[in-house]
Amino acid sequence: MSEVVLDKVRKVYAGGVEAVRGVDIHVPAGAFCVLVGPSGCGKSTLLRMIAGLETITGGECRIGARRVNELEPAERDIAMVFQNYALYPHMSVYDNMAYGLRNRGTPKPEIDERVKEAARILEITPFLDRKPRALSGGQRQRVAMGRAIVRKPQVFLFDEPLSNLDAKLRIQMRVEIKKLQRALAVTSVYVTHDQLEAMTLADVLVVMNKGEVEQTGAPLDIYEKPASTFVASFIGAPPMNLVPVEAGENRPKAEGLTGGLGLAVPPGGAILGVRPEHLMVVTGAVPEDSLGITFPVSAVEAVGAETFVYGPIGGTGQDIIARLPGKALLAPGTPVSVAASAEHLHLFDRQTGKRIGP
Amino acid sequence: MEKRVVFDGKLLPYALLMPQLLITIIFFYWPAAQAVWQSFFIQDAFGLTMQFVWFENYSVLFANPDYYRSMVTTLVFSCLVTFFSLSIALMFAVQADKHIKAAGAYKTFLMWPYAVAPAIAGVLWLFMFQPSLGLVAQAIRALGVDWNPQLNGGHAMTLVVMAATWKQISYNFLFFLAGLQSIPKSVIEAAAIDGARPARRFWTIIFPLLSPTTFFLLVVNIVYVFFDTFGIIDSVTGGGPAQATTTLVYKVFSDGRLGGDLGGSAAQSVILMILVIGLTAIQFRYIERKVQY
Repeated sequence: MSEVVLDKVRKVYAGGVEAVRGVDIHVPAGAFCVLVGPSGCGKSTLLRMIAGLETITGGECRIGARRVNELEPAERDIAMVFQNYALYPHMSVYDNMAYGLRNRGTPKPEIDERVKEAARILEITPFLDRKPRALSGGQRQRVAMGRAIVRKPQVFLFDEPLSNLDAKLRIQMRVEIKKLQRALAVTSVYVTHDQLEAMTLADVLVVMNKGEVEQTGAPLDIYEKPASTFVASFIGAPPMNLVPVEAGENRPKAEGLTGGLGLAVPPGGAILGVRPEHLMVVTGAVPEDSLGITFPVSAVEAVGAETFVYGPIGGTGQDIIARLPGKALLAPGTPVSVAASAEHLHLFDRQTGKRIGP
Repeated sequence: MEKRVVFDGKLLPYALLMPQLLITIIFFYWPAAQAVWQSFFIQDAFGLTMQFVWFENYSVLFANPDYYRSMVTTLVFSCLVTFFSLSIALMFAVQADKHIKAAGAYKTFLMWPYAVAPAIAGVLWLFMFQPSLGLVAQAIRALGVDWNPQLNGGHAMTLVVMAATWKQISYNFLFFLAGLQSIPKSVIEAAAIDGARPARRFWTIIFPLLSPTTFFLLVVNIVYVFFDTFGIIDSVTGGGPAQATTTLVYKVFSDGRLGGDLGGSAAQSVILMILVIGLTAIQFRYIERKVQY
């Protein structure tokens, strides 16, 4: 168990494309770090640099106290789970798991013991003699995990390991990965584009965009205080409502908005953010420091436990989403008033998208 | 999943199969049947009379030590050519599969030998290694080796093996390269993380995963060596010296066409046919089972 430190790590490809632009990440020993971002944000490249499958153009990568930039993947004492599992198709499940130990000259009885132990933990003991092609997707996933855990590495690396599974299995495996990581307490770096996976798995969440780190922190901290409009719209589903506002008298000003007293908007205007789940239907007057929004309902999606209500705000034509608990009896075409209390409001810079308040 | 077309009548499917069937029948089955038929006859020197002799051609053949020598020659020749053409091609393919500059040009150059006709290839090597004129031959002689494929059977065999190997490398190279490129990159990366050094990675992961390609090429190469090397042998050594490079297929030609023994030569080609059919069957039956996925 070691910490993983990335210090101003950069990756420039031969064509001059800068895939990773100076990333600093510190994963404490035993922590579960999730790199999340849209495709092409450099998260997989970053993971492959930690693994040693890509060279590091600039900066330093350390595992424990060791600088690993120049080390071969095998020397870094890591294990990786690939998106397509990357099992050796010509070897049995047993041999797939034993391969790494054999390469390192582990004594036979110990290999046997470790493989059987891993198989027991992952419940794949009945399949040890089978070839990967005779396994289902979920079973292959377990074998890939088994291959990683038998080696007892310092760090686990996961490259979107669940994206080839169906939705039900994905949730099940997600929980199992988390439990396993807790039990083994091995430092893990996990790459995904799924914000729900990121939120549920991470101790340390790193949101990436265009080769840079947008925000690092505990998942709930990021959810509650997103550092930019990018993070605000990427974390949370449905995404945060972002409304351009002008400066009023110590309050934001926009068509369809009321209240919000005390939220100081700079003279050039700003972007006001409020999460769909923080909007509540109100009937009477809205408290002055709360934000009130009135809009005509254009669509209603009832999913049972909650209801999503859509409607255009002001003259912008932009849709606003409210996530209301239970069944909300609203008909399209009727106006609705919703409000969010002051602590649930976010303010971002109009040009840079960075958080400016509150 | 299998896609099946269902035809209404029987006419159309047979009509569609007809061209292929006709070619196979006219150019393969007919001559083969004729060879079998002819192998039971003895013909006089002028081709005027034929006498039915049952298996006499065969018994004469099996009593002839020359025939066994030719078999051994073929065995040596085919093993050497198959081994070298496969292993050198694999080496080239592994190199070409790496990210190298001008990979396209490299691949194109490697393809050229395949486009050269066997006889031309033979002449090419003949000139290079001709004891008194050949550039390479002169270099070898300068090293103190008394190089003379026209007199030394071992030298002659070396020369035809080189020519035949050179000719076949391109073909093998193409298939090996395609095979290498179809191995998922992540599997090799996983092996690298699992602590396998490049050489071990090659023998434990890449080579086993290439086995379907290797198996296919093995069959194709053996058939190539048995039959298609005729042009090279004919132009380089003419089967000599002292029959040192007379392979089975060349013997069919020299006994039948040059020696005028049509019946005996037909018997030889029937045996050759049975040999290759048998070899291929064995390969499919026993080796394919061990081929990975």
